[in-house]
Amino acid sequence: MSQAFTKAMARNIFYGGSVFFMLLFLALTFDTHTAWPQRDNHENLTEQVAHGKRLWEENNCIGCHTLLGEGAYFAPELGNAFKRLGGADGIKGFIASRPKDGIPGRRSMPQFNFSEDDLNAIAAFLKYVSEMNTASWPPNIQG
Amino acid sequence: MQYKSQAVAKPYFIAAIGLFVGQILFGLIIGMQYVVGDFLFPEIPFNVARMVHTNLLIVWLLFGFMGAAYYLVPEESERELVSPGLAILMFWVFLIAGALTVLGYLLVPYSGLAEMTGNSVLPTMGREFLEQPTITKAGIVVVALAFLYNVGLTILKGRKTVVSLVLLIGLAGLAVLFLFSFYNPDNLAKDKFYWWWVVHLWVEGVWELILGSILAFVLIKTTGVDREVIEKWLYVIIAMTLITGIIGTGHHYYWIGTPDYWQWWGSIFSALEPIPFFMMTVFAFNMVNRRRRNHPNKAAVLWALGTAVMAFLGAGVWGFLHTLAPVNYYTHGSQITAAHGHMAFYGAYVMIVLTMISYAMPMLRGRSAANSEASQVLEMWSFWLMTVSMVFITLFLTGAGILQTYLQRYSSDPLPFMVVQEKISLFYWMREVAGLMFLIGLVVYVASFFVGSRQPEATAVVEGSAA
Repeated sequence: MSQAFTKAMARNIFYGGSVFFMLLFLALTFDTHTAWPQRDNHENLTEQVAHGKRLWEENNCIGCHTLLGEGAYFAPELGNAFKRLGGADGIKGFIASRPKDGIPGRRSMPQFNFSEDDLNAIAAFLKYVSEMNTASWPPNIQG
Repeated sequence: MQYKSQAVAKPYFIAAIGLFVGQILFGLIIGMQYVVGDFLFPEIPFNVARMVHTNLLIVWLLFGFMGAAYYLVPEESERELVSPGLAILMFWVFLIAGALTVLGYLLVPYSGLAEMTGNSVLPTMGREFLEQPTITKAGIVVVALAFLYNVGLTILKGRKTVVSLVLLIGLAGLAVLFLFSFYNPDNLAKDKFYWWWVVHLWVEGVWELILGSILAFVLIKTTGVDREVIEKWLYVIIAMTLITGIIGTGHHYYWIGTPDYWQWWGSIFSALEPIPFFMMTVFAFNMVNRRRRNHPNKAAVLWALGTAVMAFLGAGVWGFLHTLAPVNYYTHGSQITAAHGHMAFYGAYVMIVLTMISYAMPMLRGRSAANSEASQVLEMWSFWLMTVSMVFITLFLTGAGILQTYLQRYSSDPLPFMVVQEKISLFYWMREVAGLMFLIGLVVYVASFFVGSRQPEATAVVEGSAA
């Protein structure tokens, strides 16, 4: 780099630029908070949904599935699973019917032995997720 | 080695390499599960093996960063570490906590681990990369604070250089941002939004400062180029990193219930994120071309140049490939993401840690500057084996990702996920073969530490002119 461009100038760009864009990021974060009520489906965030989210976490579902495209890519996207599997009954039936020892030669979901309450909570959580405004993602029902 | 306390870096590097081997073995398991679905099922389900694969990566890179800091900081500060004893104590705390956590993953069902560790008190588990029990996370904070105290005070009491200051900013940022891993609201949009403050602002933010600082240190040492020149480059590179990378977080905010304007902010700024990586490549080659001396540790110089190239390809090029919102609409959460993740982590962070180990380990083992010729030749073989394997892993996953995106998302007749997975299994087989090649490279790498130990040190080739 040329001599006219000094180390002090480079340092100032680093500190100035970083602080400026950090502040801009915080401003956008603040604005996002004000915009969320219209998009995040919080009005349907019930106790049951929160319980479902805890079950989702404590069984490490994200270790195989994606949820709104984030997670592992081993098993289907679940952000729209409520719609794809035809509602709560479809979801509960699928989870409950997984064979304990898997399916020979194929990827299979473990049998988690959930109670009826737990299954309802998971279905409620996936319903809540499916009703968030995700800018029309995923592109189609296959996720 | 100029300062006695630099020796604390050695156990950190050894642990890093050991965990690296574990990471790759679990990578091969999950790669196999992609094509033989019931492989090791139900004993080691995919989600458990993947969690071990990714968590080991994070932990061994942290070991590598800490070892790098303990080696680099005394030399930059021109004084001994404030407390070498604390560094050794924290090494054991971190290693035992890490080992117990991984054993917990493997021996107990994850929900049982959550119950045993009291996840309901402060639920933080079960989110990608942050799967550690809450008490493990608290342990990480303790280790990070003790570590920051140790290197921070050493830097403040000694000579302050740009290299050590940038490293300290990066490490402090790493610790502060990790605190967001304790925030886990029920509202999924908010959960995801702040989850990225750990994940993105680590790997596309403060970790790049750590990377830049270590690279600058190794280049100063191996090329003999004037520190002023290298530090100016370092400032410009990390300035571009944060200028593009902070708002670049927006490329994760397209489809998770956040406002649509993030599609513009995220696309524009993350499209600029390759710039600092490109500058890093230009920087590394420039410095090596302008070298005032030939360092006898040719392997370390190779790793340094390799880092600069592969970080640009993996993080820069493969990141850009799917970062624009209209493209990401189709590729989000597909094998394209996996392809990018593999080459970016390898190119940027695995390679910079291996660069530092390559540079420092000979001195830590009693050499004056470099390993023997035989050891270096083997190490350079491992460089090529691992790097070429990773290029192929990335290419096969990219092929899988393009087909997946087309068949499942883009074509007029979209197919179900599992149908598509079966159609593209050839690419997963090829990826697994490339993974085995990577393992061979890793074995060669480990072997290079045991070969030629009794032979004399390599000496630098003298060139005609010292331009």
